[in-house]
Amino acid sequence: MTYGKGLRPLAALTALTLTAAFALVFFFAPLDADQGFVQKIFYVHVPIGIVALVGFMAGGVFAIQHLRTRDPRHDLRSYVAIHIAIVLALGTLVTGSIWAKASWGSWWVWQEPMLVSFLIVFLLYACYTPLRFSIEDKERQARYASVFAIVAGAFVPLNFAAVRMAEAYIHPRTFATTGGGMPGDMFLTFLVALAGVGLLFVTLWKYEMASKNATFKLRALRRTLAGDELAPVPRSAAPTL
Amino acid sequence: MRRAVGALLRKDLLVELRTKEAVPAMALFSISTFVVFHFGLDRSSLDGSLAAGVLWVTLLFAAVLGINRLFVAEVEQGGFDGFLLAPVDRTSLLVAKALALLAFLVLVQLIAIPAFAFLLLGPSLWQALPELLAVLALADIGLAVIGTLVSAIAIRTRARDLIVPILLLPLLIPVVLAAAQATAPLLALDGAGPLPGRWLAILAIYDGVFGLLAYAIFDFLLED
Repeated sequence: MTYGKGLRPLAALTALTLTAAFALVFFFAPLDADQGFVQKIFYVHVPIGIVALVGFMAGGVFAIQHLRTRDPRHDLRSYVAIHIAIVLALGTLVTGSIWAKASWGSWWVWQEPMLVSFLIVFLLYACYTPLRFSIEDKERQARYASVFAIVAGAFVPLNFAAVRMAEAYIHPRTFATTGGGMPGDMFLTFLVALAGVGLLFVTLWKYEMASKNATFKLRALRRTLAGDELAPVPRSAAPTL
Repeated sequence: MRRAVGALLRKDLLVELRTKEAVPAMALFSISTFVVFHFGLDRSSLDGSLAAGVLWVTLLFAAVLGINRLFVAEVEQGGFDGFLLAPVDRTSLLVAKALALLAFLVLVQLIAIPAFAFLLLGPSLWQALPELLAVLALADIGLAVIGTLVSAIAIRTRARDLIVPILLLPLLIPVVLAAAQATAPLLALDGAGPLPGRWLAILAIYDGVFGLLAYAIFDFLLED
């Protein structure tokens, strides 16, 4: 299967959408009455947070498919989706922390359920790679990683519900009412930014899949040429086909 | 399946009774942790949310010890091979192990909670015992289900003792959070407050979701 197909127009569309999103953020969206300029981090922080969570869920869905079909390609898809989502989740934590410092005066706010839930989810998914790395047998590694991805995927919404109940609610109620509790031009900017980050996720995912597939093909060709003299593949957390 | 679960559970309890490997260590660990908390916090009596937090963190860490050991005999002495050869439903191993872990947790708590009341707790334990038992029961089910699942995942990895805690702690944060929040008003200094029902609901939902999930995917951890 070729993941490189359509990658170029997709990448161009992503670049275009992200540029448009940033243009809207800086030149179109109004300044927030309370927070001023710093509120604009919202257009980065919330989209990457949402896309990271969707990426974790997608990893869980691919994992279910992997367990059902035993096709190692689904495991690779799950691995790549979770991998990119972890990076985005780290970005969400950093931007959230910056925003918290600017608007609430502290780098870390324990009363903030979204930030705390995100930290817990991040800590859980941070175990994904060590877990894979500590299982040598590739088939078992894929199976166990899928079980983990499914459990963690179910854990994400439960964790958000539990932590939100525990803490006083001080997070900005952005979507309290339909259409957003914010003015229309802010909401439009947010939607474009969300689309841009979503496209970025899909592009990176396809790019990584194409790169991995090329590596596997190259390795297979080398093995055919060199025979058994080839050095063995080093132990790794990444799936191999 | 009921007969298989019964046989496996009896085997596990019998092994524990003869080797006394997990429960005494877990109980001793909890009491040592209470002493550590006494010095760490420099407090001689606790109440309210601090007492609930100390109690639940201690019980959680004690559970980690038992969860680390849960499948060790199965791997080291060929229990898995014997089980896989037997013509029984594979999920019965999950049910039996979770019940065994639940029994260990209850035994440990029978020692640890009186010790906590004796060593650290300011208000009387009797003021809210039935409510506390309800919280304990729901939290223990969650601990047992997730513990069995994580133990089964970690047992075949190279860094078993390291994988269990790093996987288990984030997964159990909702349980500890809900249990501690539900326990805090029960241990208040000025008489037990009412039991917040929504925390019990969170615990029950957690138990239900992960119980069903574990039931659905446990098979995949056994195919070798």
